[in-house]
Amino acid sequence: MLDVQKIRTDFPILNRKINGKPLVYLDNAATSQTPQQVIDVIVDYYSNYNANIHRGVHTLSQEATDLYEGARLKIQEHFNIKHSHEVIMTAGTTHGINLVASGFSNLIEKGDEILVSALEHHSNIVPWQMLCERTGATLRVIPMDDNGQLIMADFGAMLSERTKLVFVNHISNALGTINPIETIIKKAHEVNAAVLIDGAQSCPHIKPDLQALDVDFYVTSAHKICGPTGVGMLYGKQDWLNKLPPYQGGGEMIAEVTFEKTTYADLPHKFEAGTPNISGGIAFGAALDYMNAIGFEAIAEYEHELLEYATDKLSQIEGLKIYGPKDLNEKTSVISFNIQGIHPYDIGTILDKMGIAVRTGHHCAQPVMDFFKIPGTVRASFAFYNTKAEVDALVEGVKKAKMMLS
Amino acid sequence: MTITEIQNEIIDEFDMFEDWEERYQYMIDLGKSLPLIAEQYKTEDNIIKGCQSRVWVHADLEGDKVLFTADSDAIITKGIIAILIRTFSDQHPKAIIEANTDFIDKIGLKEHLSPTRANGLVSMIKQLKMYAIAYQTQLN
Repeated sequence: MLDVQKIRTDFPILNRKINGKPLVYLDNAATSQTPQQVIDVIVDYYSNYNANIHRGVHTLSQEATDLYEGARLKIQEHFNIKHSHEVIMTAGTTHGINLVASGFSNLIEKGDEILVSALEHHSNIVPWQMLCERTGATLRVIPMDDNGQLIMADFGAMLSERTKLVFVNHISNALGTINPIETIIKKAHEVNAAVLIDGAQSCPHIKPDLQALDVDFYVTSAHKICGPTGVGMLYGKQDWLNKLPPYQGGGEMIAEVTFEKTTYADLPHKFEAGTPNISGGIAFGAALDYMNAIGFEAIAEYEHELLEYATDKLSQIEGLKIYGPKDLNEKTSVISFNIQGIHPYDIGTILDKMGIAVRTGHHCAQPVMDFFKIPGTVRASFAFYNTKAEVDALVEGVKKAKMMLS
Repeated sequence: MTITEIQNEIIDEFDMFEDWEERYQYMIDLGKSLPLIAEQYKTEDNIIKGCQSRVWVHADLEGDKVLFTADSDAIITKGIIAILIRTFSDQHPKAIIEANTDFIDKIGLKEHLSPTRANGLVSMIKQLKMYAIAYQTQLN
Protein backbone atom coordinates (compact mmCIF):
# COMPACT_ATOMS: atom_id res chain seq x y z
CA MET A 1 0.00 0.00 0.00
CA LEU A 2 1.45 3.36 -0.94
CA ASP A 3 1.83 6.20 1.52
CA VAL A 4 -0.02 9.01 -0.25
CA GLN A 5 0.81 11.71 2.30
CA LYS A 6 4.51 10.98 1.93
CA ILE A 7 4.22 10.89 -1.85
CA ARG A 8 2.48 14.28 -1.90
CA THR A 9 5.53 15.90 -0.31
CA ASP A 10 7.44 15.01 -3.50
CA PHE A 11 5.23 17.34 -5.56
CA PRO A 12 5.88 21.02 -4.79
CA ILE A 13 2.99 22.20 -6.99
CA LEU A 14 0.47 20.45 -4.73
CA ASN A 15 1.16 23.18 -2.14
CA ARG A 16 -0.20 25.85 -4.45
CA LYS A 17 -3.33 27.79 -3.75
CA ILE A 18 -5.71 28.57 -6.62
CA ASN A 19 -8.22 31.39 -6.13
CA GLY A 20 -7.31 31.28 -2.44
CA LYS A 21 -8.11 27.55 -2.10
CA PRO A 22 -5.71 24.59 -1.93
CA LEU A 23 -5.16 23.19 -5.41
CA VAL A 24 -7.10 19.99 -6.07
CA TYR A 25 -5.48 18.74 -9.25
CA LEU A 26 -7.75 16.31 -11.09
CA ASP A 27 -6.59 16.87 -14.66
CA ASN A 28 -3.96 14.14 -14.65
CA ALA A 29 -5.11 12.65 -17.95
CA ALA A 30 -4.08 15.92 -19.61
CA THR A 31 -0.73 16.09 -17.86
CA SER A 32 0.65 14.66 -14.64
CA GLN A 33 2.51 16.73 -12.07
CA THR A 34 6.27 16.56 -11.68
CA PRO A 35 7.99 15.29 -8.51
CA GLN A 36 11.00 17.10 -7.06
CA GLN A 37 13.18 14.11 -7.96
CA VAL A 38 12.50 14.74 -11.66
CA ILE A 39 12.75 18.53 -11.38
CA ASP A 40 16.16 18.03 -9.68
CA VAL A 41 17.39 15.96 -12.63
CA ILE A 42 16.53 18.77 -15.06
CA VAL A 43 18.21 21.39 -12.86
CA ASP A 44 21.24 19.13 -12.36
CA TYR A 45 21.56 18.61 -16.12
CA TYR A 46 21.64 22.33 -16.88
CA SER A 47 23.82 23.04 -13.83
CA ASN A 48 26.43 20.36 -14.47
CA TYR A 49 26.14 18.50 -17.79
CA ASN A 50 24.70 20.76 -20.47
CA ALA A 51 26.40 19.90 -23.78
CA ASN A 52 25.36 18.63 -27.18
CA ILE A 53 25.38 14.87 -27.40
CA HIS A 54 26.73 12.14 -29.69
CA ARG A 55 29.43 14.22 -31.34
CA GLY A 56 31.69 15.92 -28.84
CA VAL A 57 35.05 14.50 -27.83
CA HIS A 58 35.04 16.64 -24.72
CA THR A 59 34.08 15.32 -21.31
CA LEU A 60 30.83 17.25 -20.88
CA SER A 61 29.49 16.00 -24.20
CA GLN A 62 30.45 12.45 -23.29
CA GLU A 63 28.76 12.70 -19.89
CA ALA A 64 25.60 14.20 -21.37
CA THR A 65 25.53 11.45 -24.02
CA ASP A 66 25.90 8.78 -21.34
CA LEU A 67 23.00 10.26 -19.36
CA TYR A 68 20.78 10.52 -22.44
CA GLU A 69 21.57 7.02 -23.69
CA GLY A 70 21.16 5.80 -20.11
CA ALA A 71 17.60 7.11 -20.23
CA ARG A 72 16.99 5.18 -23.44
CA LEU A 73 18.08 2.01 -21.64
CA LYS A 74 15.72 2.77 -18.77
CA ILE A 75 12.86 3.13 -21.25
CA GLN A 76 13.91 -0.13 -22.91
CA GLU A 77 13.87 -1.94 -19.60
CA HIS A 78 10.62 -0.38 -18.39
CA PHE A 79 8.67 -1.40 -21.49
CA ASN A 80 10.54 -4.70 -21.91
CA ILE A 81 11.81 -3.84 -25.38
CA LYS A 82 14.19 -6.27 -27.07
CA HIS A 83 16.73 -3.83 -28.56
CA SER A 84 17.56 -0.34 -27.32
CA HIS A 85 17.65 0.88 -30.94
CA GLU A 86 13.94 0.09 -31.15
CA VAL A 87 13.37 3.01 -28.75
CA ILE A 88 13.01 6.21 -30.79
CA MET A 89 13.06 9.35 -28.68
CA THR A 90 10.33 11.74 -29.88
CA ALA A 91 8.74 15.02 -28.90
CA GLY A 92 5.73 13.10 -27.63
CA THR A 93 2.89 10.79 -28.64
CA THR A 94 1.62 12.96 -31.50
CA HIS A 95 5.12 13.19 -32.96
CA GLY A 96 5.47 9.39 -32.82
CA ILE A 97 2.12 8.83 -34.56
CA ASN A 98 2.98 11.31 -37.30
CA LEU A 99 6.37 9.68 -37.80
CA VAL A 100 4.72 6.30 -38.42
CA ALA A 101 1.90 7.77 -40.54
CA SER A 102 4.41 9.60 -42.71
CA GLY A 103 6.59 6.51 -43.05
CA PHE A 104 3.66 4.41 -44.23
CA SER A 105 3.02 6.74 -47.20
CA ASN A 106 5.22 4.51 -49.34
CA LEU A 107 3.87 1.24 -47.95
CA ILE A 108 0.14 1.93 -48.42
CA GLU A 109 -1.73 2.11 -51.70
CA LYS A 110 -5.19 2.76 -53.07
CA GLY A 111 -7.63 0.09 -51.95
CA ASP A 112 -5.80 -0.59 -48.68
CA GLU A 113 -7.65 -0.05 -45.44
CA ILE A 114 -6.63 1.58 -42.18
CA LEU A 115 -8.72 0.88 -39.08
CA VAL A 116 -9.00 3.28 -36.17
CA SER A 117 -11.24 2.98 -33.14
CA ALA A 118 -14.23 5.21 -32.47
CA LEU A 119 -12.57 6.16 -29.18
CA GLU A 120 -9.56 7.92 -30.66
CA HIS A 121 -8.02 11.25 -29.75
CA HIS A 122 -7.79 13.67 -32.68
CA SER A 123 -4.04 13.02 -32.81
CA ASN A 124 -4.84 9.43 -33.72
CA ILE A 125 -7.42 10.33 -36.38
CA VAL A 126 -6.03 13.29 -38.29
CA PRO A 127 -2.60 11.82 -39.25
CA TRP A 128 -4.37 8.75 -40.71
CA GLN A 129 -6.88 10.88 -42.60
CA MET A 130 -3.90 12.74 -44.06
CA LEU A 131 -2.24 9.43 -44.92
CA CYS A 132 -5.43 8.26 -46.65
CA GLU A 133 -5.62 11.52 -48.63
CA ARG A 134 -2.03 11.03 -49.79
CA THR A 135 -2.38 7.36 -50.71
CA GLY A 136 -6.04 6.81 -51.63
CA ALA A 137 -6.41 4.27 -48.83
CA THR A 138 -9.68 4.08 -46.86
CA LEU A 139 -10.05 4.94 -43.19
CA ARG A 140 -12.56 2.73 -41.39
CA VAL A 141 -13.81 3.16 -37.84
CA ILE A 142 -14.19 0.32 -35.32
CA PRO A 143 -17.54 1.19 -33.67
CA MET A 144 -18.25 1.38 -29.95
CA ASP A 145 -21.32 0.66 -27.85
CA ASP A 146 -23.24 2.85 -25.40
CA ASN A 147 -20.75 2.04 -22.65
CA GLY A 148 -17.91 3.46 -24.73
CA GLN A 149 -16.46 0.00 -25.42
CA LEU A 150 -15.36 -1.26 -28.81
CA ILE A 151 -17.64 -3.76 -30.52
CA MET A 152 -15.15 -6.54 -31.07
CA ALA A 153 -17.39 -8.64 -33.32
CA ASP A 154 -17.55 -5.72 -35.75
CA PHE A 155 -13.77 -5.33 -35.56
CA GLY A 156 -13.34 -8.99 -36.48
CA ALA A 157 -15.66 -8.60 -39.45
CA MET A 158 -13.82 -5.51 -40.70
CA LEU A 159 -10.44 -7.27 -40.92
CA SER A 160 -9.40 -8.55 -44.34
CA GLU A 161 -6.32 -8.84 -46.53
CA ARG A 162 -6.94 -5.17 -47.43
CA THR A 163 -6.30 -4.14 -43.79
CA LYS A 164 -2.76 -2.81 -43.58
CA LEU A 165 -2.79 -0.87 -40.33
CA VAL A 166 -4.79 -0.84 -37.11
CA PHE A 167 -4.53 2.07 -34.66
CA VAL A 168 -6.13 1.96 -31.26
CA ASN A 169 -5.46 3.75 -28.01
CA HIS A 170 -4.71 1.45 -25.11
CA ILE A 171 -6.94 3.57 -22.89
CA SER A 172 -9.42 6.22 -24.04
CA ASN A 173 -8.53 9.71 -22.85
CA ALA A 174 -12.17 10.84 -22.98
CA LEU A 175 -13.78 7.96 -21.07
CA GLY A 176 -10.98 5.90 -19.50
CA THR A 177 -12.03 2.71 -21.32
CA ILE A 178 -9.32 0.04 -21.36
CA ASN A 179 -9.33 -1.44 -24.85
CA PRO A 180 -8.67 -5.18 -25.37
CA ILE A 181 -5.41 -4.54 -27.19
CA GLU A 182 -4.11 -8.12 -26.76
CA THR A 183 -7.02 -9.43 -28.85
CA ILE A 184 -6.81 -6.54 -31.30
CA ILE A 185 -3.10 -7.16 -31.93
CA LYS A 186 -3.58 -10.93 -32.30
CA LYS A 187 -6.50 -10.62 -34.72
CA ALA A 188 -4.82 -7.89 -36.79
CA HIS A 189 -1.71 -10.05 -37.13
CA GLU A 190 -3.85 -12.89 -38.51
CA VAL A 191 -4.38 -10.73 -41.63
CA ASN A 192 -0.78 -9.40 -41.52
CA ALA A 193 -1.82 -5.87 -40.57
CA ALA A 194 0.56 -3.76 -38.50
CA VAL A 195 -0.72 -2.42 -35.16
CA LEU A 196 0.12 0.88 -33.48
CA ILE A 197 -1.02 1.34 -29.91
CA ASP A 198 -1.29 4.82 -28.41
CA GLY A 199 -0.14 4.38 -24.83
CA ALA A 200 -0.38 8.01 -23.71
CA GLN A 201 -3.22 7.24 -21.28
CA SER A 202 -2.13 3.78 -20.19
CA CYS A 203 1.48 4.41 -19.16
CA PRO A 204 0.54 6.34 -16.00
CA HIS A 205 -1.44 3.32 -14.76
CA ILE A 206 -0.03 0.18 -16.36
CA LYS A 207 3.49 -1.09 -17.07
CA PRO A 208 3.14 -2.59 -20.54
CA ASP A 209 5.32 -5.50 -21.66
CA LEU A 210 5.76 -4.68 -25.34
CA GLN A 211 7.42 -7.97 -26.29
CA ALA A 212 4.64 -9.97 -24.68
CA LEU A 213 2.04 -7.77 -26.42
CA ASP A 214 3.84 -8.44 -29.73
CA VAL A 215 2.77 -4.94 -30.83
CA ASP A 216 4.41 -3.43 -33.93
CA PHE A 217 4.46 0.21 -32.79
CA TYR A 218 3.79 1.83 -29.45
CA VAL A 219 3.85 5.53 -28.61
CA THR A 220 3.67 7.52 -25.40
CA SER A 221 4.57 10.86 -23.77
CA ALA A 222 6.75 11.47 -20.72
CA HIS A 223 4.52 14.22 -19.33
CA LYS A 224 1.71 11.77 -18.60
CA ILE A 225 4.07 9.77 -16.36
CA CYS A 226 5.47 12.48 -14.09
CA GLY A 227 8.07 13.49 -16.69
CA PRO A 228 8.54 16.76 -18.58
CA THR A 229 6.55 17.95 -21.61
CA GLY A 230 8.04 17.83 -25.10
CA VAL A 231 9.50 14.34 -24.93
CA GLY A 232 8.17 10.87 -25.56
CA MET A 233 9.00 7.61 -27.17
CA LEU A 234 8.10 5.57 -30.19
CA TYR A 235 8.72 1.86 -30.03
CA GLY A 236 8.83 0.02 -33.30
CA LYS A 237 9.83 -3.53 -34.08
CA GLN A 238 13.25 -3.44 -35.73
CA ASP A 239 11.93 -4.86 -39.02
CA TRP A 240 9.23 -2.21 -39.27
CA LEU A 241 11.55 0.66 -38.36
CA ASN A 242 13.98 -0.49 -41.04
CA LYS A 243 11.19 -0.44 -43.62
CA LEU A 244 10.15 3.13 -42.82
CA PRO A 245 12.04 6.02 -44.45
CA PRO A 246 13.48 8.81 -42.25
CA TYR A 247 10.87 11.33 -41.10
CA GLN A 248 12.98 14.48 -40.92
CA GLY A 249 16.35 15.31 -42.42
CA GLY A 250 19.14 16.97 -40.50
CA GLY A 251 22.11 16.39 -38.26
CA GLU A 252 22.39 13.21 -36.17
CA MET A 253 20.35 11.11 -38.65
CA ILE A 254 22.99 10.72 -41.36
CA ALA A 255 25.87 8.30 -41.93
CA GLU A 256 27.51 10.18 -44.79
CA VAL A 257 26.56 13.33 -46.71
CA THR A 258 27.77 14.55 -50.07
CA PHE A 259 25.84 16.84 -52.40
CA GLU A 260 25.16 13.81 -54.60
CA LYS A 261 23.86 11.43 -51.98
CA THR A 262 23.26 10.99 -48.28
CA THR A 263 23.25 7.67 -46.50
CA TYR A 264 21.24 7.43 -43.34
CA ALA A 265 22.38 6.49 -39.89
CA ASP A 266 21.33 3.22 -38.31
CA LEU A 267 18.48 2.92 -35.84
CA PRO A 268 17.57 4.76 -33.70
CA HIS A 269 19.40 7.82 -35.03
CA LYS A 270 17.79 7.57 -38.47
CA PHE A 271 14.63 8.95 -36.85
CA GLU A 272 16.29 11.41 -34.47
CA ALA A 273 17.32 14.35 -36.65
CA GLY A 274 18.72 17.41 -34.92
CA THR A 275 19.61 18.09 -31.31
CA PRO A 276 17.04 16.29 -29.18
CA ASN A 277 15.36 17.38 -25.95
CA ILE A 278 18.35 16.16 -23.94
CA SER A 279 17.31 17.21 -20.44
CA GLY A 280 13.79 16.03 -21.22
CA GLY A 281 15.00 12.60 -22.27
CA ILE A 282 17.12 12.23 -19.14
CA ALA A 283 14.21 13.40 -16.98
CA PHE A 284 11.92 10.88 -18.75
CA GLY A 285 14.24 8.16 -17.45
CA ALA A 286 14.16 9.70 -13.97
CA ALA A 287 10.35 9.78 -14.07
CA LEU A 288 10.23 6.07 -14.85
CA ASP A 289 12.63 5.46 -11.94
CA TYR A 290 10.33 7.46 -9.69
CA MET A 291 7.19 5.59 -10.75
CA ASN A 292 8.88 2.20 -10.54
CA ALA A 293 10.14 2.94 -7.03
CA ILE A 294 6.51 3.39 -5.96
CA GLY A 295 5.49 0.39 -8.06
CA PHE A 296 2.82 0.13 -10.73
CA GLU A 297 0.86 -2.54 -8.86
CA ALA A 298 0.54 -0.28 -5.84
CA ILE A 299 -0.35 2.66 -8.10
CA ALA A 300 -3.06 0.71 -9.96
CA GLU A 301 -4.52 -0.64 -6.74
CA TYR A 302 -4.66 2.77 -5.08
CA GLU A 303 -6.07 4.55 -8.14
CA HIS A 304 -8.76 1.90 -8.45
CA GLU A 305 -9.74 2.56 -4.86
CA LEU A 306 -10.01 6.29 -5.65
CA LEU A 307 -12.06 5.50 -8.76
CA GLU A 308 -14.51 3.32 -6.81
CA TYR A 309 -14.83 5.92 -4.06
CA ALA A 310 -15.34 8.83 -6.48
CA THR A 311 -17.75 6.91 -8.73
CA ASP A 312 -19.87 5.96 -5.74
CA LYS A 313 -19.96 9.52 -4.35
CA LEU A 314 -20.59 11.27 -7.67
CA SER A 315 -23.29 8.77 -8.69
CA GLN A 316 -25.32 9.86 -5.68
CA ILE A 317 -25.72 13.36 -7.15
CA GLU A 318 -29.11 13.56 -8.83
CA GLY A 319 -28.99 14.14 -12.58
CA LEU A 320 -25.31 13.23 -12.85
CA LYS A 321 -24.46 10.83 -15.67
CA ILE A 322 -21.10 9.11 -16.02
CA TYR A 323 -19.97 8.10 -19.52
CA GLY A 324 -17.87 5.02 -20.22
CA PRO A 325 -17.73 1.43 -18.96
CA LYS A 326 -20.04 0.56 -16.06
CA ASP A 327 -17.65 -2.17 -14.89
CA LEU A 328 -14.88 -0.22 -13.13
CA ASN A 329 -12.41 -3.03 -13.84
CA GLU A 330 -12.66 -2.10 -17.51
CA LYS A 331 -11.55 1.50 -17.07
CA THR A 332 -8.86 3.57 -15.39
CA SER A 333 -9.21 6.35 -12.87
CA VAL A 334 -11.03 8.74 -15.21
CA ILE A 335 -14.60 9.92 -14.62
CA SER A 336 -16.20 11.70 -17.55
CA PHE A 337 -19.59 13.12 -16.57
CA ASN A 338 -22.33 15.65 -17.11
CA ILE A 339 -25.18 16.99 -15.04
CA GLN A 340 -28.49 17.10 -16.85
CA GLY A 341 -29.28 20.54 -18.23
CA ILE A 342 -25.91 22.08 -17.30
CA HIS A 343 -23.08 22.82 -19.74
CA PRO A 344 -19.74 21.22 -18.75
CA TYR A 345 -17.96 24.54 -19.26
CA ASP A 346 -20.08 26.12 -16.52
CA ILE A 347 -19.31 23.32 -14.06
CA GLY A 348 -15.57 23.54 -14.85
CA THR A 349 -15.62 27.31 -14.33
CA ILE A 350 -17.28 27.07 -10.91
CA LEU A 351 -14.93 24.23 -9.85
CA ASP A 352 -11.93 26.35 -10.86
CA LYS A 353 -13.12 29.15 -8.58
CA MET A 354 -12.93 26.55 -5.80
CA GLY A 355 -9.36 25.54 -6.69
CA ILE A 356 -10.41 22.28 -8.38
CA ALA A 357 -8.76 21.60 -11.74
CA VAL A 358 -10.75 19.37 -14.09
CA ARG A 359 -10.90 19.26 -17.84
CA THR A 360 -14.06 20.28 -19.66
CA GLY A 361 -14.93 20.10 -23.33
CA HIS A 362 -14.59 17.44 -25.97
CA HIS A 363 -11.13 16.25 -24.79
CA CYS A 364 -9.83 16.31 -28.39
CA ALA A 365 -12.21 13.42 -29.08
CA GLN A 366 -15.12 15.08 -30.87
CA PRO A 367 -16.33 11.83 -32.49
CA VAL A 368 -16.80 10.35 -29.00
CA MET A 369 -18.88 13.39 -27.96
CA ASP A 370 -20.89 13.24 -31.21
CA PHE A 371 -21.65 9.58 -30.46
CA PHE A 372 -23.24 10.54 -27.14
CA LYS A 373 -24.80 13.69 -28.72
CA ILE A 374 -23.25 15.99 -26.11
CA PRO A 375 -21.05 19.12 -26.49
CA GLY A 376 -18.52 17.71 -24.06
CA THR A 377 -18.10 16.39 -20.55
CA VAL A 378 -16.48 17.31 -17.27
CA ARG A 379 -13.53 14.95 -16.81
CA ALA A 380 -11.93 14.30 -13.44
CA SER A 381 -8.85 12.11 -13.75
CA PHE A 382 -7.06 10.82 -10.68
CA ALA A 383 -3.40 10.05 -10.07
CA PHE A 384 -1.67 8.14 -7.28
CA TYR A 385 -0.97 11.42 -5.43
CA ASN A 386 -4.66 12.34 -5.16
CA THR A 387 -6.55 11.64 -1.95
CA LYS A 388 -10.07 10.72 -0.87
CA ALA A 389 -10.27 14.16 0.75
CA GLU A 390 -9.73 15.63 -2.72
CA VAL A 391 -12.50 13.42 -4.09
CA ASP A 392 -14.73 14.81 -1.32
CA ALA A 393 -13.75 18.35 -2.37
CA LEU A 394 -14.71 17.51 -5.95
CA VAL A 395 -18.07 16.10 -4.89
CA GLU A 396 -18.83 19.16 -2.76
CA GLY A 397 -17.71 21.40 -5.65
CA VAL A 398 -19.97 19.64 -8.12
CA LYS A 399 -22.90 19.90 -5.72
CA LYS A 400 -22.28 23.60 -5.29
CA ALA A 401 -21.92 24.15 -9.05
CA LYS A 402 -25.18 22.28 -9.59
CA MET A 403 -26.93 24.42 -7.00
CA MET A 404 -25.64 27.67 -8.51
CA LEU A 405 -26.30 26.68 -12.11
CA SER A 406 -29.68 24.91 -11.82
CA MET B 1 -26.22 56.55 -22.05
CA THR B 2 -22.79 56.30 -23.59
CA ILE B 3 -20.87 53.02 -23.55
CA THR B 4 -18.53 54.38 -20.87
CA GLU B 5 -21.47 55.42 -18.69
CA ILE B 6 -23.03 51.97 -18.97
CA GLN B 7 -19.73 50.32 -18.18
CA ASN B 8 -19.28 52.49 -15.08
CA GLU B 9 -22.79 51.56 -14.01
CA ILE B 10 -21.91 47.86 -14.32
CA ILE B 11 -18.69 48.39 -12.33
CA ASP B 12 -20.78 50.02 -9.56
CA GLU B 13 -23.19 47.09 -9.57
CA PHE B 14 -20.39 44.57 -9.24
CA ASP B 15 -18.79 46.58 -6.42
CA MET B 16 -21.71 45.57 -4.24
CA PHE B 17 -20.76 41.91 -4.39
CA GLU B 18 -18.58 40.59 -1.61
CA ASP B 19 -17.12 37.47 -3.17
CA TRP B 20 -16.86 35.41 -6.36
CA GLU B 21 -19.99 33.44 -5.53
CA GLU B 22 -22.18 36.53 -5.53
CA ARG B 23 -20.57 37.78 -8.75
CA TYR B 24 -21.06 34.46 -10.48
CA GLN B 25 -24.58 33.98 -9.16
CA TYR B 26 -25.47 37.37 -10.61
CA MET B 27 -24.00 36.46 -13.98
CA ILE B 28 -25.75 33.10 -13.96
CA ASP B 29 -29.05 34.84 -13.19
CA LEU B 30 -28.41 37.32 -16.01
CA GLY B 31 -27.71 34.40 -18.31
CA LYS B 32 -30.90 32.63 -17.29
CA SER B 33 -33.29 35.56 -17.34
CA LEU B 34 -32.54 37.18 -20.67
CA PRO B 35 -33.97 35.97 -23.94
CA LEU B 36 -30.96 36.96 -25.95
CA ILE B 37 -31.57 35.94 -29.51
CA ALA B 38 -34.51 34.92 -31.68
CA GLU B 39 -34.44 31.21 -32.56
CA GLN B 40 -34.33 31.94 -36.31
CA TYR B 41 -30.95 33.63 -35.86
CA LYS B 42 -29.36 30.64 -34.08
CA THR B 43 -28.00 29.44 -37.39
CA GLU B 44 -24.68 28.01 -38.51
CA ASP B 45 -23.93 31.36 -40.19
CA ASN B 46 -24.23 33.23 -36.92
CA ILE B 47 -22.27 30.77 -34.81
CA ILE B 48 -18.87 31.46 -33.29
CA LYS B 49 -17.23 28.18 -32.43
CA GLY B 50 -15.16 28.13 -29.27
CA CYS B 51 -13.59 24.87 -28.19
CA GLN B 52 -15.62 24.93 -24.97
CA SER B 53 -18.86 26.80 -25.54
CA ARG B 54 -20.64 28.12 -28.60
CA VAL B 55 -21.83 31.68 -29.16
CA TRP B 56 -24.39 33.03 -31.64
CA VAL B 57 -24.47 36.69 -32.64
CA HIS B 58 -26.98 38.65 -34.75
CA ALA B 59 -26.97 42.38 -35.59
CA ASP B 60 -29.52 44.83 -37.03
CA LEU B 61 -29.21 48.52 -37.90
CA GLU B 62 -32.11 50.67 -36.69
CA GLY B 63 -31.74 54.31 -37.60
CA ASP B 64 -28.12 55.03 -36.79
CA LYS B 65 -27.88 52.50 -33.95
CA VAL B 66 -26.76 48.89 -34.02
CA LEU B 67 -28.91 46.38 -32.13
CA PHE B 68 -27.20 43.18 -31.08
CA THR B 69 -28.68 39.92 -29.91
CA ALA B 70 -26.59 36.92 -28.92
CA ASP B 71 -26.71 33.63 -27.10
CA SER B 72 -24.54 30.77 -25.83
CA ASP B 73 -25.04 27.17 -24.82
CA ALA B 74 -23.12 27.77 -21.57
CA ILE B 75 -24.87 29.88 -18.94
CA ILE B 76 -21.82 31.72 -17.55
CA THR B 77 -20.76 32.63 -21.08
CA LYS B 78 -24.35 33.79 -21.63
CA GLY B 79 -24.19 35.97 -18.53
CA ILE B 80 -21.08 37.71 -19.82
CA ILE B 81 -22.75 38.10 -23.20
CA ALA B 82 -25.66 39.80 -21.45
CA ILE B 83 -23.19 42.28 -19.93
CA LEU B 84 -21.46 42.88 -23.27
CA ILE B 85 -24.75 43.32 -25.13
CA ARG B 86 -25.88 45.82 -22.50
CA THR B 87 -22.82 47.95 -23.20
CA PHE B 88 -22.62 47.60 -26.99
CA SER B 89 -26.20 47.33 -28.19
CA ASP B 90 -28.29 50.35 -29.19
CA GLN B 91 -25.18 52.41 -29.80
CA HIS B 92 -23.82 54.26 -32.83
CA PRO B 93 -21.40 52.10 -34.89
CA LYS B 94 -18.58 54.60 -34.36
CA ALA B 95 -18.95 54.36 -30.56
CA ILE B 96 -18.87 50.56 -30.77
CA ILE B 97 -15.74 50.60 -32.92
CA GLU B 98 -13.97 52.89 -30.46
CA ALA B 99 -15.14 51.14 -27.27
CA ASN B 100 -12.90 48.88 -25.23
CA THR B 101 -13.69 46.08 -22.79
CA ASP B 102 -11.32 46.99 -19.94
CA PHE B 103 -14.29 47.15 -17.56
CA ILE B 104 -14.50 43.33 -17.64
CA ASP B 105 -11.17 43.31 -15.78
CA LYS B 106 -12.56 45.72 -13.17
CA ILE B 107 -15.56 43.48 -12.42
CA GLY B 108 -13.31 40.45 -11.85
CA LEU B 109 -14.18 38.51 -14.99
CA LYS B 110 -10.95 39.06 -16.91
CA GLU B 111 -10.19 35.37 -17.27
CA HIS B 112 -13.31 34.85 -19.38
CA LEU B 113 -12.02 37.21 -22.06
CA SER B 114 -8.62 35.55 -22.31
CA PRO B 115 -7.83 34.52 -25.90
CA THR B 116 -6.82 31.09 -24.59
CA ARG B 117 -10.13 30.49 -22.84
CA ALA B 118 -11.72 29.18 -26.05
CA ASN B 119 -15.28 30.06 -25.02
CA GLY B 120 -15.95 32.15 -28.13
CA LEU B 121 -16.17 35.48 -26.27
CA VAL B 122 -13.04 37.06 -27.72
CA SER B 123 -14.22 36.16 -31.21
CA MET B 124 -17.65 37.47 -30.29
CA ILE B 125 -16.30 40.92 -29.42
CA LYS B 126 -14.37 40.96 -32.71
CA GLN B 127 -17.60 40.03 -34.47
CA LEU B 128 -19.52 42.86 -32.75
CA LYS B 129 -16.90 45.31 -33.95
CA MET B 130 -16.95 43.86 -37.46
CA TYR B 131 -20.72 44.44 -37.62
CA ALA B 132 -20.18 48.00 -36.37
CA ILE B 133 -17.54 48.62 -39.06
CA ALA B 134 -19.88 47.25 -41.74
CA TYR B 135 -22.79 49.43 -40.58
CA GLN B 136 -20.54 52.47 -40.25
CA THR B 137 -19.59 52.02 -43.92
CA GLN B 138 -23.28 51.73 -44.77
CA LEU B 139 -24.11 54.95 -42.89
CA ASN B 140 -21.33 56.82 -44.68
